[in-house]
Amino acid sequence: MSEEAPPKIMRRKPVTDHPMSDLLRIDRFPHVWCPTCGLGTVVNCLGTSILKTPEVDPNHIAVVSGIGCAGRGAGYLRFDSFHTTHGRALPFATGLSLSRPDMKVIVFSGDGDIVSIGGNHLIHAARRNMDMVVICVNNFIYAMTGGQTAPTTPTHARSSTSPFGNSDPPFNLPYLAASCGATYVARWTALHVRRLQKSISEVLKKKGFSFIEVISPCPTLYARLNNLGTGLDLMRFYHDNSEINNDADLKSLDINFKGKIICGKFVDLDSPTYRDRYDEENEHILGDKFIPYDLPDFPHISSNSDKEKIEK
Amino acid sequence: MKPWQTPLDVDKQKTPHGKIHIIVDRCKGCGFCVEYCPRDVLEMSDEYNQKGYHPAFAAHEEKCINCDLCELICPEFAIFVLKDDDESEDKLKGHVDTVLDDSDEEPSDEKSS
Ligand SMILES: Cc1ncc(C[n+]2csc(CCOP(=O)(O)OP(=O)(O)O)c2C)c(N)n1
Ligand code: SF4
Ligand code: SF4
Ligand code: SF4
Ligand SMILES: [Mg+2]
Repeated sequence: MSEEAPPKIMRRKPVTDHPMSDLLRIDRFPHVWCPTCGLGTVVNCLGTSILKTPEVDPNHIAVVSGIGCAGRGAGYLRFDSFHTTHGRALPFATGLSLSRPDMKVIVFSGDGDIVSIGGNHLIHAARRNMDMVVICVNNFIYAMTGGQTAPTTPTHARSSTSPFGNSDPPFNLPYLAASCGATYVARWTALHVRRLQKSISEVLKKKGFSFIEVISPCPTLYARLNNLGTGLDLMRFYHDNSEINNDADLKSLDINFKGKIICGKFVDLDSPTYRDRYDEENEHILGDKFIPYDLPDFPHISSNSDKEKIEK
Repeated sequence: MKPWQTPLDVDKQKTPHGKIHIIVDRCKGCGFCVEYCPRDVLEMSDEYNQKGYHPAFAAHEEKCINCDLCELICPEFAIFVLKDDDESEDKLKGHVDTVLDDSDEEPSDEKSS
């Protein structure tokens, strides 16, 4: 660029770089997600959280996705990213988290992937308090395959496999995760970008199984099949119909068709992780003969006291 | 919203100001940034971008308060805002020049506070 170009004009030109381009696989852009889909916004919040959490070393982040529109998430992030098979993001992440305790493992996937085909993995990963962050993007439908009913589809909502309305009750995901043992449970919508970003920053510094449900617009299938307009209309719907209540009773978090969406951080506990318990049990049985797996832990803020405990 | 009490240091406070950058051909015209900008800075353009969408544009950049909401809510990573006030003017110049001169250099340190 020539010297005589005045900086004022230069700044007015559109630049081709985004502050997050370091964290993105820009060569794969534009991404596949439809206009007004909320998935890009959720990835944006995840990336921003990583940028804004100085305790977190981006070189020690792994992102694991399953299959689905949401499952494309990992592929756009320039970390150690894994696109696994349908429903198997959690078992893959479990192995990764156990063999590489120095890494923060983030599962980014859809409601169908995590709660339907992968539902069994979810309840057991939560029960054992596996050290990982799960971001479950709930668009109430199997979007990628054409809008079939998911276990999250609200009763009476239409889908391509329930064209006159779904008769089943959906899962209440925060209640499910919390009752299985998740130590951090939150729900936000794609409109709650600041709170979502803060929530992710919080769990990046936390040890244990963290579950964040993000309600996100799918204009192409869920909204179209239910005449709900575009993704922007759904964002407006979230604006008018969501309520933040961190102390809400978990049982009251059901989502009805066109009903209120209660958001918030519902659970935030400290509890020994799978690895803490495993080490403790074996130390108890084997005494000095037990040699714990000695890769250093991911530098969690809250884990230092726990770590000392284990080391003793 | 009016403050209930005038802060004592009000004369020392400055409203932050932002410089908006839109990567026009990456925008899919979703309108999220236009709808939720608290200062109504942005509008949808009548023009088409390379992909056939009507992109967002900064119609009233002088009103931007550098809150970053548009940057965070954009699903396409198509809009970002850099701080633009007198104190950071010099820093910004160097900063933005870097972006334009050499696209390998990222403005990320500026943002990651
Ligand atoms: C073993 C297997 N079964 C079924 C499929 C087909 N399939 C691909 S994506 C998907 C649903 C994904 O739904 P969700 O996780 O909610 O993601 P979304 O597309 O809604 O973001 C299904 C059933 C598959 N790829 N693999
Ligand atoms: S089908 Fe739905 S979830 Fe998938 S990219 Fe399009 S809008 Fe998003
Ligand atoms: S930074 Fe804030 S005020 Fe400025 S354009 Fe974006 S949303 Fe509007
Ligand atoms: S949020 Fe992003 S993609 Fe949507 S209109 Fe604004 S700049 Fe374009
Ligand atoms: Mg889905």
